[in-house]
Amino acid sequence: MSHVVSPIREKLVSGGKSYHDVTQDICRQVEGAPTKEWKIAFGISCVIFTYGAYCLGYTWWQGIGVWGLNKTVGWAWDITNFVWWVGIGHAGTLISAVLLLFRQKWRTSINRSAEAMTIFAVLCAASFILAHMGRPWLFHWALPLPNTFGSLWVNFNSPLVWDVFAISTYLSVSLVFWYMGLVPDLATIRDRAQTKASKFWYGLFSLGWTGSAKTWARYEYVSLILAGISTPLVLSVHTIVSMDFATSVIPGWHTTIFPPYFVAGAIFSGFAMVQTLLLVTRVTFKLEDYITIEHIEMMNIVITVTGSIVGIAYLTEFFIAWYSGVEYESYCFVNRATGPYWWAYWMMMTCNVISPQVFWFKKVRQSILLSFVISVVVNIGMWFERFVIIVSSLHRDYLPSSWAMFSPTRYDIGDYLFSFGLFFTLFFLFAKFLPVINMFEVKAVMKGVSTKYPKKQVAHKQIEKEDTKIGEEVSES
Amino acid sequence: MENTKKRYWRGIEELKNEPDFVKNAHREFGDAPSADAKGGEIFDGTDSNRRDFLKVLGFGVSAVSLAACQAPVKNTIPYLNKPDDVEPTIANWYASTYIDGGDCSPILVKTREGRPVKIEGNGVFNTALSARVHASLLSLYDNEKLKSPQIAGKPADWKAVDGEIMAGLAKIAAAGGQIRIVSNTIVSPTTKKVIGDFISKYPTAKHITYDANSLSGLITANGGILPNYNFANAKTIVSVGADFLGTWISPAIFSSQWAKNRKLDSSKEGNKQMSRHYQFETIMSTTGANADYRATYKPSQEGLVVAALYNAVAAKVGGTTISSPAVKVENIEKAATDLVASKGASLVVSGSNDAEVQKVVVAINSLLGAYGSTITSGSSLNYRQGDDASMSSFISEVKSGQVGAVIFYNANPVYNHPKGAELGEALSKVALTISTNDRADETGILCKYNTPDSHYLESWNDAEPQSGTYSFSQPTISTIFLTRQAQSSLLKWAGQNADYAAYLAANWSSKLSGGYSAWSKALNDGVVQMTPSSSFNVPQTGLQDAIASIAKNYKSSDKLELAIYEKVGMGTGSQANNPWLQEFPEPVSKACWANYATVSLATAKKLGLAQEVELDTLEVEVSIDGKSVKLPFLVQPGQADDTVAIAIGYGRTKAGKSADGVGVNIYPFASFVNGNISFSNVGNVQVKATGEQAQIARTQTHNTVMAREAVVQETVLSEYQKNVKAGRYEPTILTAEGKKSAMDVSLWNGHKYNNHHWGMVIDLNSCTGCGSCVVSCTSENNVPVVGRQEVINRREMHWLRIDRYYSSDAQAEDLSGLEKASANPEVVFQPMLCQHCNNAPCETVCPVLATTHSTEGLNQMTYNRCIGTRYCANNCPYKVRRFNWFRYFQTDDFDFNLNNDLGRMVLNPDVTVRSRGVMEKCSFCVQRIQAGKLEAKKEKRRPKDGEIITACAQSCPTNAITFGDKNDPESAISKILAIEKEGRAFGVIEEINVSPNISYLVKVRNKDRAAVKEEAKVEHKEHS
Repeated sequence: MSHVVSPIREKLVSGGKSYHDVTQDICRQVEGAPTKEWKIAFGISCVIFTYGAYCLGYTWWQGIGVWGLNKTVGWAWDITNFVWWVGIGHAGTLISAVLLLFRQKWRTSINRSAEAMTIFAVLCAASFILAHMGRPWLFHWALPLPNTFGSLWVNFNSPLVWDVFAISTYLSVSLVFWYMGLVPDLATIRDRAQTKASKFWYGLFSLGWTGSAKTWARYEYVSLILAGISTPLVLSVHTIVSMDFATSVIPGWHTTIFPPYFVAGAIFSGFAMVQTLLLVTRVTFKLEDYITIEHIEMMNIVITVTGSIVGIAYLTEFFIAWYSGVEYESYCFVNRATGPYWWAYWMMMTCNVISPQVFWFKKVRQSILLSFVISVVVNIGMWFERFVIIVSSLHRDYLPSSWAMFSPTRYDIGDYLFSFGLFFTLFFLFAKFLPVINMFEVKAVMKGVSTKYPKKQVAHKQIEKEDTKIGEEVSES
Repeated sequence: MENTKKRYWRGIEELKNEPDFVKNAHREFGDAPSADAKGGEIFDGTDSNRRDFLKVLGFGVSAVSLAACQAPVKNTIPYLNKPDDVEPTIANWYASTYIDGGDCSPILVKTREGRPVKIEGNGVFNTALSARVHASLLSLYDNEKLKSPQIAGKPADWKAVDGEIMAGLAKIAAAGGQIRIVSNTIVSPTTKKVIGDFISKYPTAKHITYDANSLSGLITANGGILPNYNFANAKTIVSVGADFLGTWISPAIFSSQWAKNRKLDSSKEGNKQMSRHYQFETIMSTTGANADYRATYKPSQEGLVVAALYNAVAAKVGGTTISSPAVKVENIEKAATDLVASKGASLVVSGSNDAEVQKVVVAINSLLGAYGSTITSGSSLNYRQGDDASMSSFISEVKSGQVGAVIFYNANPVYNHPKGAELGEALSKVALTISTNDRADETGILCKYNTPDSHYLESWNDAEPQSGTYSFSQPTISTIFLTRQAQSSLLKWAGQNADYAAYLAANWSSKLSGGYSAWSKALNDGVVQMTPSSSFNVPQTGLQDAIASIAKNYKSSDKLELAIYEKVGMGTGSQANNPWLQEFPEPVSKACWANYATVSLATAKKLGLAQEVELDTLEVEVSIDGKSVKLPFLVQPGQADDTVAIAIGYGRTKAGKSADGVGVNIYPFASFVNGNISFSNVGNVQVKATGEQAQIARTQTHNTVMAREAVVQETVLSEYQKNVKAGRYEPTILTAEGKKSAMDVSLWNGHKYNNHHWGMVIDLNSCTGCGSCVVSCTSENNVPVVGRQEVINRREMHWLRIDRYYSSDAQAEDLSGLEKASANPEVVFQPMLCQHCNNAPCETVCPVLATTHSTEGLNQMTYNRCIGTRYCANNCPYKVRRFNWFRYFQTDDFDFNLNNDLGRMVLNPDVTVRSRGVMEKCSFCVQRIQAGKLEAKKEKRRPKDGEIITACAQSCPTNAITFGDKNDPESAISKILAIEKEGRAFGVIEEINVSPNISYLVKVRNKDRAAVKEEAKVEHKEHS
């Protein structure tokens, strides 16, 4: 991998940072005592996590009857949350794998936390797969495991089984990819470590990384291969999730547009979530030089593009509902927009289609506050999108006699909070104990050592002066 | 070869080979003292070494974990001496009779290992049973009944109770005090004989009969008996407020008669004639919902409607007309025309309890020549014998302290008589009060002695539902509690042998020719037909007096009036503590677990009440002359404007957990007209919102079918006669090869059914929505009761539901207009259960193959395999799958019959009780299919058609449901389908090609097409 950055491009890292500064800036959070902000934020997450865990525990003990589901609406918040989290989990892999293959250098400062977010989001999603089951203690029956029942196998026709494969593959590949990328940085921390404990733990997880040329070469092969494996997953996971709906007979679910529509929506919501988290990390960890306005703007552009794709998908659904002439399908869409759940539909439309359009203005695109607000709004909108698809389709399907309404209970809300608690607890642990920015990749895209300045020797010397070890690693790459 | 191997010794001891050393040589620490030497045990720890410690630890850990894994032990106790006629797993069937007050039906009782588990109709008489009869099985296992006799609320033994009662009676009799036996209608001739014996012992005793749903006026008008109506012979039926398909007299039997003239046949020479049914009523009853023409009147107009109908008929047949105040009710003239046109095959019935009104009805029927054709001569019905006047005078006697002793014979007047409260207060004036009620209910609690009667399934008895037809009861289980049949009690107190079984046998052995063996045969068959004992003549009526009375009592007014009605499931409230009935959705309103005040939409607007949304509504206070009740209101399409209607049977206070505090008691609001109870009140009725929110548990909240022709298909008779496919909706798709039926384009390969292919046909034309099938299914398939809150949460578990749709006046494009029902809508009932699709959408989506397709076309559910993703339920277009949101058995949150050992005895042992977190649904009674096939296999033959039948099909009073093998060309279902495939048969939303195994037959209304359109127009105008 060569790190060629066009000379006319804006610097990807600002503030005239040296390699040592990078190491210092990133490792400071890992090595220092927890900051007050971190403690407060982590404390809040833990409280939410504990309350959520109580609610989830109660749900499991009593049965999912504590939710607001009924005979007509068999899925609501559970699967809405599941799809929402899986969607959020798309950005990480997209950023690290697809953007890597497309040589998008700006990804380097955000890919680490995006990948971490992916993994935590997929874990949250997985928690809803478990929680939504009537008998979660038998979840392993959904896996094609050898068993004592004879030739009893899973139903390979069922999209839920495809889901199991898709999600578990995605989780394992993402985890490996993320961990792989962490190894060089873990080694840096190991080498700087002061205490025995951190020497031991970072040493253990850096897998004896030496930073030799051979190691770096192998590292590059593996990350390319993993990027290659992950790329189709970005498309396949949400495609398969969408098939849960698309292969059914329920009006509003039974649509061929779902796979691309869901993938676009997933990237949309994933980027919005990355944006939200980065803007917070940027401020709290003072990483303005690494996560620059340029980054924020790029992210906003992706959000606008994917948001518009999603908007077109919404309109296409309506057109097809009318054009098909299927009475149930057209009723379903009229009902979405004007029925009892109209507010959810218009919430979705406003948040997802209208709000990102303000990014056509450069000023807005570069405004940190507005970027933050809209990234949150988009994720609210994407949650409502899944709610609209699931609940508004189910609650009025074919036979009017079974039409019913769904309203959430405190356990629907509590179990959703659980996933937030889990997500943020994990994310803050990650932010404290692991480098939130990929140090060695950032160093690689710094103009100071890029090919634009062929004074390699000078640079080398400078580096040696500052930090021999890190200099070596970077120059190797 | 010499052994050159070097040897080393462990010590001098080994070299010397000392015996002490040799003994311990195998030990790791050879010189360690042995366990034996010390005599210690490893388990007491006195002499354990390291290995022992590990052994004990290992054993301990595994033992503890194994013990923790062990399931709770439940003992099955085998018979020490097996009863001769009980074979484990083999059901025994006994003929018996359901008796609840005046209601009675000949039944067959299925018992398993000595306990009754299912009730079916006795085919010797008429298999038609109402939902209440099916549900009465559960009342047997009600553990809130009295478990022993009581004296002043304290358990006592029978000897003490009998002693005190007999002493008390003797004392009162000696003093010449009055003794009263108060009962509901007694249909048992032998019980009446017992009461006769009691009265001859105590000559001051008098038997008072009353009925909570009194028909005293009808009896008076017909010369002391109930006419034996025969709806099967009627071509034109006019009912003025008689809910004969739902609650009136004997609804199940009337339904089966009524349906005989609603069966159509699409083959060329098939029957294409139907009876025409007019209904005039205040509330929207089940009967009104099934009528071809329906009009509403206010309770104050009831007499006037009957009088107007008389005049219209008399004018046409040339009888004497009478002058009566005019009344503006639709369809009277038209009904009269049809009645006269089918003279000799016409029938007018009225639900009024006013004898004067009923006299006019008698006069109309006489003019129409109904006697001898639609009213069977020489026969009477015995379901109601109550006399309101004698009950009223009894209450005044008690109030004035003239009664010395009273025996409430299975009667609860304190609750279910309008003057019950007065009676309750006055009871303290009676020296000796005895109740034979099964529980310490509202009346029983006020009595000194409670001598609980046994449940009818534990009892010997007989019944005479109609003159000449006798039906017998025999115990199907020994008494569960220390109860004694009330007849035995009366015999005992009369100083006779208390063995009622012997009394009954002696009575019948003498009556039946053939003596005791004839009696045995009668018990075996359950029913005996004899020459009717009562003769019936056309009653003479004083028409002029009747009209004068009507003119006096009925005056049209604009005031709000109260109508009191009976619900199909709950009835008079005698079985209120039966959770199956509490959870039974009323056919029309689809509400359960309470009563509520129904009003028309126009009246709701007038009263300033917002229409309810989903299940949320407002609480209203209904008050009349100082009495008031608070209950939720419900907009009921089809109800007369300016009326409010409330059902009896609720508001029990001493019936048990399932009934107490559910709804309000409306009996006290009934008024009296001409001495008879009138189930209405035209006094100063006030309805106002209390400002409280309320909810009504309803199983269906969306009332209209949204013009979805693929769901419900209907037509009118004249169209059907022209084209047997009238009303059918046949979607086509344009393909490359031209137009094709939507069902012919498929991605599915289909299944092969080499042996059986089970299917069902449901005739929408004869389904009355009565719900008998719903309770029968609940009973057969162990469907749990979930309670009011869970019904509000839309989680009722009924495998079979009956969808009820009202018509709407809006055009098909007006989606929000379609949601609103017409003011006087047409109604259609559609039983909805698992359609056992051949291309089942649920089967493809289950991740674990818990729901699969059988080789016989059944969509089967494997509970054990289900992990509860609910994907199948979401993907079911019919929404018939039910999920176990909680554990519904042995859970205090669901404190119904499955939460106590006695209540669980009702479970059908052939059907699994589903655990929490699994999906369930209609199985087409697969346990019956398997049992039937096994039976046939044992006899080395194929199952015969009709031998295997689902619970719903078996219990349908109108035979609207036909179940059978579609692969057997001789089966009834194959024959129907062969004809109706090109006629009325359709699959619900069949265009989505799930290929359901249930076909529905188009509903045909005997209505003029023009009238339908015009009516719609008129109503539409009224609306807009």
